[in-house]
Amino acid sequence: MQQTITSKLEQALSPEHLEVINESHMHNVPEGSESHFKVVIVSDEFKGKMPVARHRLVNKALEQELKGAIHALALHTLTMEEWFEKGKAPESPPCEGGGKN
Amino acid sequence: MADVMDRIDEHVKNNPVIIFMKGTPQLPQCGFSSRAAEMLKSCGKEFAYFNVIADMEVFQNLPRYADWPTFPQLYVKGELVGGHDIMLEMHEKGELKKLVDEATG
Repeated sequence: MQQTITSKLEQALSPEHLEVINESHMHNVPEGSESHFKVVIVSDEFKGKMPVARHRLVNKALEQELKGAIHALALHTLTMEEWFEKGKAPESPPCEGGGKN
Repeated sequence: MADVMDRIDEHVKNNPVIIFMKGTPQLPQCGFSSRAAEMLKSCGKEFAYFNVIADMEVFQNLPRYADWPTFPQLYVKGELVGGHDIMLEMHEKGELKKLVDEATG
């Protein structure tokens, strides 16, 4: 499900930054569930749009999933400018295995 | 019984501030609904609520009323403001109280 959400949002909104977090363990559902998600999405598609319109874009992209498997979707929709203003630096790249030498 | 869409519409139109939530502000049955109701309470004005868990018909049809798939849903002066995350964004900026104040004037 996490992968489906990610690829559908990538396709629909070409995000600069996208986090899809499975928060199902925080809820009263069986272990290993994929029902509660949090999405942080940064895209210039959101420019000049009110929050409701932004959320609708995401909801539209995930229409099928929201009718079925997804029970809860926490949504944080930001433009690039807002993302930087919020003071959250882009994530550091992973180590990729190189040593000090 | 009146059509469910008319019933929803009546609630939305007749209350300047109404939240459709899971449970009640006193006994919420979902973390998002609970926090949304707390934010509204902190605005210090009276607001209406509708417990969607107690009315299956509304529970099933509210999402298509305003094309919004999740609960809670906050309406102010007949307009969908948003769900928990939008309320939180507005609350942090002090905009939620302003909106509620204006609506309940």
